[in-house]
Amino acid sequence: MPGDKILLSHGEGGKRTRDLIRKVIVKRFDNPVLAPLFDSGLLGRLDGEIAFTTDGYVVSPAVFPGGDIGRLAVCGTLNDLSVCGARPIAISCSLILEEGFPVETLTTILDSMKAAAAEGNVMVACGDTKVVEKGNADGIFITTAGVGIVSDGWRPAPENVRPGDRVILTGTMGDHQAAVLIARNLLELSARILSDVAPLSSMLLGALSSFGEKVRFMRDPTRGGVGVSLNEMAEASGVRIVLDEGRLPVAESVRGMCEILGFDPLYLANEGKALLIVDGRAAEAIAEALRKTRYGKNAAVIGEVAEGPPGVIMKTVVGGMRAVDYPVGDQLPRIC
Amino acid sequence: MQLKYIDEFRDPRLARGVVGKIRAAWGDRPAMRVMEVCGTHTVSIARAGIRSLLSGVVTLISGPGCPVCVTPDGYIDAAIGLGERPGTILATFGDMLRVPGKRSSLEKERAKGIDARVLYSPLDAVEIAAKNPEKEIVFLGVGFETTAPSIAGAILAAADGRIANFTVLSSIRTIPLAMEVLASDPEVRIEGFLCPAHVSAIIGSDAYLPVAEKFGIPCVVAGFEPLDILYGIYLLLLQKKRGAATVENEYARVATQGGNPKALEVIGKVFRETDTAWRGIGVLPGTGLRIAENYAAFDAERKFGIEIPSAEERTACRCGDVLKGKISPPQCPLFGKACTPEEPYGPCMVSSEGTCAAYFKYGVQ
Repeated sequence: MPGDKILLSHGEGGKRTRDLIRKVIVKRFDNPVLAPLFDSGLLGRLDGEIAFTTDGYVVSPAVFPGGDIGRLAVCGTLNDLSVCGARPIAISCSLILEEGFPVETLTTILDSMKAAAAEGNVMVACGDTKVVEKGNADGIFITTAGVGIVSDGWRPAPENVRPGDRVILTGTMGDHQAAVLIARNLLELSARILSDVAPLSSMLLGALSSFGEKVRFMRDPTRGGVGVSLNEMAEASGVRIVLDEGRLPVAESVRGMCEILGFDPLYLANEGKALLIVDGRAAEAIAEALRKTRYGKNAAVIGEVAEGPPGVIMKTVVGGMRAVDYPVGDQLPRIC
Repeated sequence: MQLKYIDEFRDPRLARGVVGKIRAAWGDRPAMRVMEVCGTHTVSIARAGIRSLLSGVVTLISGPGCPVCVTPDGYIDAAIGLGERPGTILATFGDMLRVPGKRSSLEKERAKGIDARVLYSPLDAVEIAAKNPEKEIVFLGVGFETTAPSIAGAILAAADGRIANFTVLSSIRTIPLAMEVLASDPEVRIEGFLCPAHVSAIIGSDAYLPVAEKFGIPCVVAGFEPLDILYGIYLLLLQKKRGAATVENEYARVATQGGNPKALEVIGKVFRETDTAWRGIGVLPGTGLRIAENYAAFDAERKFGIEIPSAEERTACRCGDVLKGKISPPQCPLFGKACTPEEPYGPCMVSSEGTCAAYFKYGVQ
C-alpha cells in the first residue's frame, strides 16, 4: 500500500514478519535455494577454491542518483569476489530497517537488488530482516556476504606483480562519491552526476578468461578511491607505482565539482570501477578489450610498475613528480 | 557541471615551453628566493611538482597565507569556551575543526558534546540563527580578504533581518602589511613575491605597490593553476634580471588593479583595521580586521565579554619559522614524527593548505 511504513511488529517474528518476508522479499529473490526458507541455504557441492566476502552498507541517502543502497549492496559484494578472480555463486541479504521506513522505498531497493543480482548472475541464497526502534538506525542498513569459486588455473594476487607491468583503471574516477555528496545537498550545486555503481563480474571474469596470467592483480577502488587502493596494491605487492596524471580519466562534471570544493577525484569512492595491474606488453590489448564492455568504455592505462621503494608517485601534467599518499580525515572543502 | 579553462592552464606542452624559457633566461645564476604567500599556491605547487621542475633556478619559500595556520591557539580555546556555554551552536569552516588549541580541538570537543557545525558559507549560519531563535549561533570568522566580504555580508544580513542571536568571533587578517614585515626580515631574504590570486581579486594588484617600492622586491600576482604559477615565476625572474621591482599581474582574467569595489565596500562598512596576532609570528600592527562599533551587537567578543589572548606558549613546534619562510618543514624537529596530518601538533600540519601538510602529503623535497 502507498504510504505504508515499516512497524516494529514487522520484525517480531509473527504474521507481519512472515508476510513481509514472503510477499515483499522472497517473492523478488525467488530461487530454489532460498524458497524453502530453511535456516541455511544449501549450495550443493562446489568445485574449486572458495572465495568468501562480506560488507555492510550504510549509505545516506539510501536512494541516490544512479542507484540505491540495494544495488550497492549487491554490486559491492559481487565486485569484491570478482577482483579476486572468483565467479559469484550466492550472496546473502541481511536487512536492518528503522521503524517508520517507507515500504515503498524498501520495495524499490529490493527491486534493484534483484536486478543487480540477475545482471551479475548470482542468487540470493539466504537472508535476515530486523527492525529497530525509530532513531536507532538511519532508514535502512544492508549487509551482504558472498561466496564465489576461483576456477582452476590462474588466481590474480599481489605476488604476481613485477616491474614493467602496467596499471589499468576501467573508467572515470569519483562518480559514486560525487553523486552521493550532491544528493546530500551539501552545496547548492545543480550538477547531475550519476553514481557508477555496477556489477563488474562479467567484465572482470571475461578479462581473466581471455588474458589469464597477464592479469596480475585486481582491486575495486571503493572507499578512499583510486589513490588509496593503489597505495594498498603497491604495499601488498612491494612495488612502486608511477601514475601519469594526464591519463587519469575523470568525468567533466565530477572534475568541475572537485575544482569548486577542493576535492581530489583520486580519493573519491567508486562503486563500478576496477584497477588491474597487467603484463605491460598486453596492457593496451586488455584496455581495448575492457573498452568493448558495458562498464569499461573509459578504461585507460594510467601508470606503470617501476623499481624502487614501495609506494605511489605521480608524473604531473606539467612534468613534475610528486608523491600520492593516503589521505587523512575527511576531504574537507577549502576555505579560501 | 562544465568548468571552462582548466586544461588550458595545465597544458603540458605550454608548461614545458615556459620551463624552457625560465631556464634559458636565468642561465646559471644562483637560485632566486621567491615566496609564495598563499596556501593555495603552496598546495598547487606541491601537487603539480613544480619544485622539482625548477630546482636550481628558484627556491620557493612557503609563506603565511593559510588562514587556519595563522590562527592563534588562544582563538581555538576561546571558541571552545563559547561552545561549552549551554544553548550555543558554533558554526565554522571545516578546516578549523582539527586545529589544536592549548588543551583540545573543536573536533575532540564535538565528540564530547559541543554543537559545532561545518558550513560552506557564513550566510548559512545566519539562516541557522533565524531558525533557532532560542540558541546562540557563533560563527568562527577566520580567513583573509577572501573570506572577509562574505563574513561582512552575513553580519549585514543579520542586521537587516534583526537577528539578535548571531555573532562572529572574528579573527580575520590582511595580507599586504604582513608581506612588508616579511620583506624587511633579513633572515628570510625574499627576492620576489608570488602574490595571492583570490586575495588580489578582492584588494587589487596595486595593494602590493608599497612592498615593491619600499623594499625593492618584485611582485607578481598569479593564478593558482600550474601554468599561472610557472609564468608568474618567469615574470619575477625577468624583473630580478633587469633589476626592476614593480607589481605585475599575471591573473588579469580575474584580478584588477583596483580590486572588487563592492567587496571592499562591505569590508569597509563592517570592519575596522586592528593589530592582530599571527600564530607563531606574533602581533603585526594593522593586519587584523575587527568588527566596527556600529555592528558591535554581532561581535562575539563584546557580546560574551571575552578576549582572545595574543600570547602563546613556546613549544618545540616551529610553525612560526615555517610561516615566515625561515625553515622548510622537514627542518622542524617534530615534522613527520610528533607532528603528522593524523596527529597534528602545529597548525601548518592541520590545514589542507598548510605548508607542512603539503610537504608531508606530496613528499616535496
